[in-house]
Amino acid sequence: MTNPVLDLADVNVFYGAVHALRGVSLRVDEGEVVTLIGGNGAGKTTTLAAVCGLLRPKSGKVTFRGGDVAGMQTHKLVAQGLVMAPEGRGIFPNLTVEENLKLGAYTRSDKAGIAADLKRGFELFPRLAERRRQRGGTLSGGEQQMLSIARALMARPNVLLLDEPSLGLAPLVTQAIFATIDQINKEGVTILLVEQNANIALKHSHRAYVLETGEIQFSGPSAELRNDPRVKAAYLGEG
Amino acid sequence: MPRTIALLMAGIVGCYGLNWFLSEFIEVVYVDYLNLIGLSIILAVGLNVVNGLTGQFSIGHAGFMAVGAFVGALASILFTYGEIAAGPLEHAGLAQFLLCLLFSGVAAGVLGVVVGAPALRLRGDYLAIATLGFGEITRILLTAQDSLGGPTGLKRIPKMPLLPGASGWDGGTSVFWIYLFVFVVIVLAVRLQRSTFGRALIAIRENELAAETMGVPSARMKVVAFVFGAFFAGIAGALYAHYQHSVRPDDFTAVRSIEVIVMLVLGGLGSVTGAVAGAVVVTLLPQLLRPIEEALGIDGLSMVVYALLLVTMMVFRPQGIFGQRELSLKLLRRLIPGRRKESP
Ligand SMILES: Nc1ncnc2c1ncn2[C@@H]1O[C@H](COP(=O)(O)OP(=O)(O)O)[C@@H](O)[C@H]1O
Ligand SMILES: [Mg+2]
Repeated sequence: MTNPVLDLADVNVFYGAVHALRGVSLRVDEGEVVTLIGGNGAGKTTTLAAVCGLLRPKSGKVTFRGGDVAGMQTHKLVAQGLVMAPEGRGIFPNLTVEENLKLGAYTRSDKAGIAADLKRGFELFPRLAERRRQRGGTLSGGEQQMLSIARALMARPNVLLLDEPSLGLAPLVTQAIFATIDQINKEGVTILLVEQNANIALKHSHRAYVLETGEIQFSGPSAELRNDPRVKAAYLGEG
Repeated sequence: MPRTIALLMAGIVGCYGLNWFLSEFIEVVYVDYLNLIGLSIILAVGLNVVNGLTGQFSIGHAGFMAVGAFVGALASILFTYGEIAAGPLEHAGLAQFLLCLLFSGVAAGVLGVVVGAPALRLRGDYLAIATLGFGEITRILLTAQDSLGGPTGLKRIPKMPLLPGASGWDGGTSVFWIYLFVFVVIVLAVRLQRSTFGRALIAIRENELAAETMGVPSARMKVVAFVFGAFFAGIAGALYAHYQHSVRPDDFTAVRSIEVIVMLVLGGLGSVTGAVAGAVVVTLLPQLLRPIEEALGIDGLSMVVYALLLVTMMVFRPQGIFGQRELSLKLLRRLIPGRRKESP
């Protein structure tokens, strides 16, 4: 059995009186792509926020590479290799593509390594190389998503958290981005992928969890879930 | 490091030259305008780091200036005369003066942490209200402080230290000292803006949540930016006190804070050049309008003109005169026609 690199056990999160996560448990093993699917408002973004320290769970454990990290400050987690590309891309519109990317390496100080990773990012997303001096706000939605992922990679993550990379993108652009996500995973980055688009998420992941109203409903290998009638009915638009 | 020292030396020499030139050839009233402009620049460039670069809406800048003014004034009076008492003005000693400025900057900076750490957790309107409240509370507390002269404040604040060879209007060296700090704050602000730290501040302005996910500790960094602004407001306060030889709590009303905001908005939030330009315009405007005010017998015309200016800017150029751009050699070269290499 492989190592769980990220493990959530019975995590509860509240927004004031709203119980947003109800005992969520999930694990991500080294080298996997795990997807967390669910409808709008299910608690997907909240789960990622609890993982990367943007909010503190009321109870439960978040273990990253063997250490308890629940409520740990985000910048410490980034330095340890737990990095998120946030929902809605989070591009800095008045900074150039290159400046955006360099901010991704904010917690690092190895100049040579950063330069090498910048080059690598441009190889992965040639579109960004063409636009390196362009302001982030002038990019198309797809390009912004590429920038968001490339920027997160600049932190050299062990685990990359992706929050709805397909949001608002045309199907062809989504395809291209998911192909790159596959490639990033093949190069050794473990990925926790949050998606509303269950169809594509299940095609590009090893295992999946289904989240509804803050609770994990069921989970299993993605290939199996694609044929699961419950998933088909609720998330794949088939009856 | 050697470059920094060389730059500082150049600044000292330049300011000394400016001081000498003005004291020899220029009338004192104009020098007064220049000094007021200098003080405004220190305030505006400092606040630009908070409001422009980091995107926090702080409007209590006068509070930090007040603290710096009173701390620096009191320290200088005690150093020079040993007590608060009437008598002729004297020059502060060089070392004592520098120490007073340091006290002022540090006092304002420490207060910046005390106010900033909780207040910067608030957003937008709430931060504005909290900082405005801080400025007014500071002023009211100072007014109630009998040991600091109550509403009439401190008087007989020593003159700035003499410089070797400086003469002219009563051995005045205020231009030297004020513009030395103008120089320092501009150099620091430009360096900050170009640093990784400065980019991270911009990232906080553009998208704080995303900046956090990059590992930018935004809460802490906002406080650092705030302290930078507070520190230089404190220095400006101390310079102001030594320049006027007296300070009253009412020199630091909310109107003063708002003036600094107007400078930034006019010049272009986020641009050091803009902050400087805004400081010049907003400081000179009331002076230029005064003869008109007197001729027409209308008081407060400058307030009307500010308002019109701001409204006009909002309509035609909401990003301010400079937007986020800086006046640089590159930009100048682009503006000067001819001798331009056409790209093939
Ligand atoms: N800051 C917040 N304050 C209060 N409630 C929130 C906040 N953020 C999210 N919620 C609520 O928590 C639930 C989960 O939200 P979220 O994690 O954003 O869902 P998803 O990402 O799956 O669409 C929703 O019901 C949402 O309304
Ligand atoms: Mg979401």
